Amino acid sequence: MTDAIVIVGAGHAGGRTAETLRAAGVTAPIQLIGAESYPPYERPPLSKDLLTGKIAVEKTYIQPAAYWAEHDIALVLDAPAAALDRAAKQVRLSDGRVLDYATLVLATGGRPRRLSLPGSDSGRVRYLRDIEDTRAIRAALGPDARLAIVGAGVIGLEVAASARALGAAVTVLEVAPMPLGRVVDRALGEWFMALHRGHGVDMRMGVSVQAIRDGAGGAVLELADGATVAADLVVVGIGIVPNAELARDAGLTVDDGIVVDQFGRTADPAIFAVGDVARAFHPTVGRHVRLEAWRNADNQSRAVARVIAGGSEPYVEVPWMWSDQYDINLQVAGLPSAVDASVRRGTDDKFTVIQLKDGAVVGGVTVNQGRDMRPLQQLIAKAAQVDAERLADPAVPLAQIAKGA
Amino acid sequence: MAEDWHKVARRSELAEGEIASATVGDKQVAIYLIDGEVHATDNICTHAFACLSDGYLENGIIECPLHAGRFEVKTGKALGAPVNVDIAVYAVKLVGDDVLVKLG
Repeated sequence: MTDAIVIVGAGHAGGRTAETLRAAGVTAPIQLIGAESYPPYERPPLSKDLLTGKIAVEKTYIQPAAYWAEHDIALVLDAPAAALDRAAKQVRLSDGRVLDYATLVLATGGRPRRLSLPGSDSGRVRYLRDIEDTRAIRAALGPDARLAIVGAGVIGLEVAASARALGAAVTVLEVAPMPLGRVVDRALGEWFMALHRGHGVDMRMGVSVQAIRDGAGGAVLELADGATVAADLVVVGIGIVPNAELARDAGLTVDDGIVVDQFGRTADPAIFAVGDVARAFHPTVGRHVRLEAWRNADNQSRAVARVIAGGSEPYVEVPWMWSDQYDINLQVAGLPSAVDASVRRGTDDKFTVIQLKDGAVVGGVTVNQGRDMRPLQQLIAKAAQVDAERLADPAVPLAQIAKGA
Repeated sequence: MAEDWHKVARRSELAEGEIASATVGDKQVAIYLIDGEVHATDNICTHAFACLSDGYLENGIIECPLHAGRFEVKTGKALGAPVNVDIAVYAVKLVGDDVLVKLG
């Protein structure tokens, strides 16, 4: 019987899992199976420094390309997985190869949610999830390009900022009344709207695209209110869909992601899931959540690899994400949830928002104020009860409040 | 050589646990006071363009304000993703109230 560990998905989470298994002293064969053509890489630069051409592709790799072979990790690329047979403990790849496993880690990530409208299959419509997407978008962008972005979430707004840096004319179309609705509250949404308008982006909120027509000089987006937007390129950023079909078809529990516990375990003792595809129980928020963020890809996979290597520590960490747009750094800790009060400290362009529920710190946001992020997460982790007046006092550093909490 | 040393701060103006910054030629320097000792590193994170002097200092570790990369101030050692390149550490000497660092 094999003792092989097969990791399906060679993205950030899959790569980190393999790396951590070896670092933890695991000597079993490790096969890291990727659908893409690149070794494991980080996705944050795809909408920013890689899109603007500021960095080379290699800079996104989580390890130098030679690392995997040097650590006896069999990296198999361009090899999407096709099926999982739990009874036989085998994964079949789309090229017909069959891999036996003793332990299987599903790190299959997600794919962009697609627009389903008349004309949305136009060649001018692009999504951004992988390196090839970034390359295609970059090739179509230039100082004279007209870019329409559908969706004012993190990806949409980062692409908007990058495209402005490249000199393109940018229109952002969003069905909700405010940008970044999944990430920040209305007041902050307004702040980001003003930011983008200040950089010359045409921000159109509360509009819905009905159809995309291919015209002679480009695409024409038809909006519900009868208006039209002409564009050479349309980038759609309306979220991702977890790649959970392999797990679902094999009878594992799937509910907007592969359901796992705080150790990354599915109900099948041989199968784990990590990264964007995993809907994991998070002790700090008290429920199952699926996190599409760099830190989760990095640290959840490390934690789960250590469990596979024989450890017994769950993954416990305050959810955290960042976004960089122009010279603005946004960081969000905790999960958006109903809050009773928000306390804001700082200036108009450098500030921290602390969210309270029942008197306890449950979340927060920093804008160009990353220094407050660590103490903020300490307060969230402790669900600290902090006096709102003291939180608002600029004379009391947040770090001092966190130490005393 | 004497000219290798550059004044970057006054010792009396450094506060325990806080970070000062200075520009010397094309280099940016972060100056730290940790347990009464002065330390200096390059001020620009090795991961992305950010000033460590805007970061969070705790237990001798500086955390970058942009993406939370962490470095040990005394050694410059990068403490894991997203940073994997150490930060340059500069020698420090005190002459009277002047804090001098040796660059390059």
